[in-house]
Amino acid sequence: MKRALLLLATMLASPAAAQTAGLPQSNTLRDGTVAITGGTVAIGDGSAPIQNGTVVFRDGRIVAAGQGVAVPAGATVIDAAGKWVAAGMVAGFTDMGLVDAAGVGESNDSSANNSPFGAGIDIAPAINPASIAIANERLGGITRAIVSPRGGDSIFAGQGAVIDLGNDIDIVTRARAFQYVELGEDGGRIAGGSRPAAYAMLRDLLGQAQDYRRSPAAFDGRGKDALLKRADAQALLDVLDGKTRLLVHAERASDIRAVLGLTATYPALKLVLLGATEGWLVAREIAAARVPVIASALADLPASFEQLAATESNVGRLRAAGVEVGISTVGANDAPGEHVLAQFAGNLVAIAKVPGHTGLSWGEAFRTVAAGPAAAIGMEAEIGSLRPGRRADVVIWDGDPLELSSAPTQVFIDGRAQPMDSRQTRLRDRYLQPQEDTLPKAYR
Amino acid sequence: MNGLEGLRLPSPDNFAQRAEGMTGLDKPAGLPIVQRNEKGDRMKTRWSRAGAATAAVLALAACTGGNDRPRSANETAPKREPGPGLGKGYAHDPYPSTYRAYPGVATLVRNATVIDGEGGLIQNGAVLFADGKVVAIGQGLDAPAGATVIDAAGKWVTPGIIDIHSHLGDYPSPGVQANSDGNEATDPITADVWAEHSVWPQDPGFGRALMNGGVTTLQILPGSANLMGGRSVVLKNVYSRTMQGMKFPGAPYGLKMACGENPKRVYGGRNRKPATRMGNVAVDRATWARAAAYKRKWDKYEVDGGTAPDRDIAMDTLRDVLSGEILIQNHCYRADEMAVVLDMAKEFGYKVTAFHHAVEAYKIGDLLKSNGTCAAVWADWYGFKMESYDGIGANLALLEKAGACATIHSDDANGIQRLNQEVAKARAYGRKAGFEISDGAAWKWLSLGPAKALGIADRTGSLVAGKMADVVLWNGNPYSVYTRPEKVWVDGALLYDANDPKRRPVSDFELGQPGSGDVK
Repeated sequence: MKRALLLLATMLASPAAAQTAGLPQSNTLRDGTVAITGGTVAIGDGSAPIQNGTVVFRDGRIVAAGQGVAVPAGATVIDAAGKWVAAGMVAGFTDMGLVDAAGVGESNDSSANNSPFGAGIDIAPAINPASIAIANERLGGITRAIVSPRGGDSIFAGQGAVIDLGNDIDIVTRARAFQYVELGEDGGRIAGGSRPAAYAMLRDLLGQAQDYRRSPAAFDGRGKDALLKRADAQALLDVLDGKTRLLVHAERASDIRAVLGLTATYPALKLVLLGATEGWLVAREIAAARVPVIASALADLPASFEQLAATESNVGRLRAAGVEVGISTVGANDAPGEHVLAQFAGNLVAIAKVPGHTGLSWGEAFRTVAAGPAAAIGMEAEIGSLRPGRRADVVIWDGDPLELSSAPTQVFIDGRAQPMDSRQTRLRDRYLQPQEDTLPKAYR
Repeated sequence: MNGLEGLRLPSPDNFAQRAEGMTGLDKPAGLPIVQRNEKGDRMKTRWSRAGAATAAVLALAACTGGNDRPRSANETAPKREPGPGLGKGYAHDPYPSTYRAYPGVATLVRNATVIDGEGGLIQNGAVLFADGKVVAIGQGLDAPAGATVIDAAGKWVTPGIIDIHSHLGDYPSPGVQANSDGNEATDPITADVWAEHSVWPQDPGFGRALMNGGVTTLQILPGSANLMGGRSVVLKNVYSRTMQGMKFPGAPYGLKMACGENPKRVYGGRNRKPATRMGNVAVDRATWARAAAYKRKWDKYEVDGGTAPDRDIAMDTLRDVLSGEILIQNHCYRADEMAVVLDMAKEFGYKVTAFHHAVEAYKIGDLLKSNGTCAAVWADWYGFKMESYDGIGANLALLEKAGACATIHSDDANGIQRLNQEVAKARAYGRKAGFEISDGAAWKWLSLGPAKALGIADRTGSLVAGKMADVVLWNGNPYSVYTRPEKVWVDGALLYDANDPKRRPVSDFELGQPGSGDVK
């Protein structure tokens, strides 16, 4: 244990040093083999928590997790007795790293309302690992996030990325992981005022992309009034070919049916639904189409005419029908930050006790913030659980990760121990006593 | 426009500009004459169609004579009329509550963990209520004959939750433009508007807050587009055909004020004053100066009689703030701005009852304490706009540590369904900062604190004999994420029962639509 603490201390960059020197260059430096023993282990794949389990990772990847896992010789051993050891959470749909403060337009890169580009937009180069939300949410147990652009002038908002929340500049796990499209009320508005207009735009843009494939030289993608630029056309070909997943925002049951019907015309599409507040009404169809859902976690209000049937049982009913589900802050105010997803998942457990509701078991609920969103985006072999071979995103919690009183005590991303302070903890510590001392607060 | 709006439920606070529609204010057909007893209770109401001059005459019988003074030449009254009496120049309660408690039965909930709302917790305790009032709490209470007895082993009983900051009814679901009635964003000073005149009693959000949140009382505020956004209203969380049928009897009004980014953005963006924070304060001060003059005129008239001054509906509200009848509920984020507002309140002789949002309140806990001003805050919202950039989860706990009055609030149709969870999170942040808050003490952030800041703590907010039986039975520890309300009583009437689909409100809007009557 003493050895482990020493090693932890050396693994952790001094927060002050990190602050001064900026973020470390990369996360390529690995730290040998680590075994975390004695804790309650939450794999993240839907299985029940395992008492007195062991998690072993080496060179940034999970080796094994569970009961009866041997501690390899030479491993750094961390005693987690009385604690939980869980997969890092994957935030289902965020603007992390794209905004500093969402309401400050100058700092907000989530949408481009005056850009001639749509599908061709690629957010990866714009993601800022020093955005304060990264460290704040890491302290809440989030280790990866699905980051998406938002609709601008086209129903196609562009290509989103999957990132890690590590304390280094190497932030993008997968660039161009998906294309985002609006096909509900928002899609109708962007397309000029109606859902039919959105579908006309969709079919026309995909048709133009096919024109581009047939004859790039003849394609008029550079004209001032061209609806589709060349970059957009290439991005849409990747969608048509199934190389890039198509994340479709749709809430209403009839909209979801229409989205599922797209594969009749475009058979290679790899669809993912976002929001899907009325998904439970068409759960069997979604399951049959094998389309995963990144759902509004707890939407239960008829917030719009496309969400009339909203209920907190949506996720449970989708899951019961066999749909792959991750949850997100879509449909909720995300001002608390993405760590609120643990609370949302806990609520999905809570409703299982309420007569008439369809909730989730603890393991299934935790899955909606771990392997669920990872699978929805096609990365379940890489992130989202403590199964062997996954990236070693491991969080040690002082209690049940979904419980409101719990907090992470140590976070590992790609096997590297992360600093456990943030701008928020520094503000807190500065003002533990609000009064000025012998010098102003600015000197503390 | 971007896709943000459809995906996020914008807080009316974040997006103050979203309500832009003009809503013409109809002039009242006449003036109700309300008389109050010493406690301020409404005694009777009569309606006069002839305005304030007649009001003075009608009130004559209740008053003693005035003194003789020279009359101005244009005064039409044939002889000197004595003053109408303080507070009687015009109605102060023209849209009176018609709320009546629904029938309940005497009920004893026993074998429960009871949080009394005053800071205490009773293991294996009991709560007895009858005729809409709390009768007793404690251990070993006996059930009166005919009482319903509920064995609550493993369950918890608490006072109903009070949300001091909601826009339900004013920004209802569905959030379509036609329903967007929370910001009269046509002038930075709209002290003349009353949130109650926008409340749509069929907002499905009321039912969600009751069933999932255990919320029994809530304050509906105008939005924060304006420096003075209008009057708030306090409601019992009980569906009614009318707003008046929900109105908390006798609750003081609030005046919603806002400092900071929203007013200056909304009006500066139209090249109007205020466009800066200093402009915000300048417009506020000019308005308070007018209000002081208006108050002097009306105070003099109500003492001395004579010709009634002209009515100004906005100034009526500000006069009542200056006389302490209406409470200031002030949206404000930054510590330094709150300090300026506190000085402005001293300059004009009013009190800031509570700062709302107050994400930087933790920086000035001592100042808030010395001013006797509460902070109503979120647990962990931060970083969504410039003035929220310094938000921290320990805000509430640090305020408690500083001895300042603090409460949780929602400002959100989803958040209002989980205020108990927000407090649980706030406690956890406090623990991380080395500060423990007990189960009993933390509930004060949820009911007694808000009740005090709303001026209704003598009637609700804790389980004290004689108070309203606003009670929640939780199916476990309400600070746990795994706990939900099982039963909710408002004034002793059982209005939600998780085990009885017939005790689950379905608003008119939802009736007959997809999901109608479903669990929510």
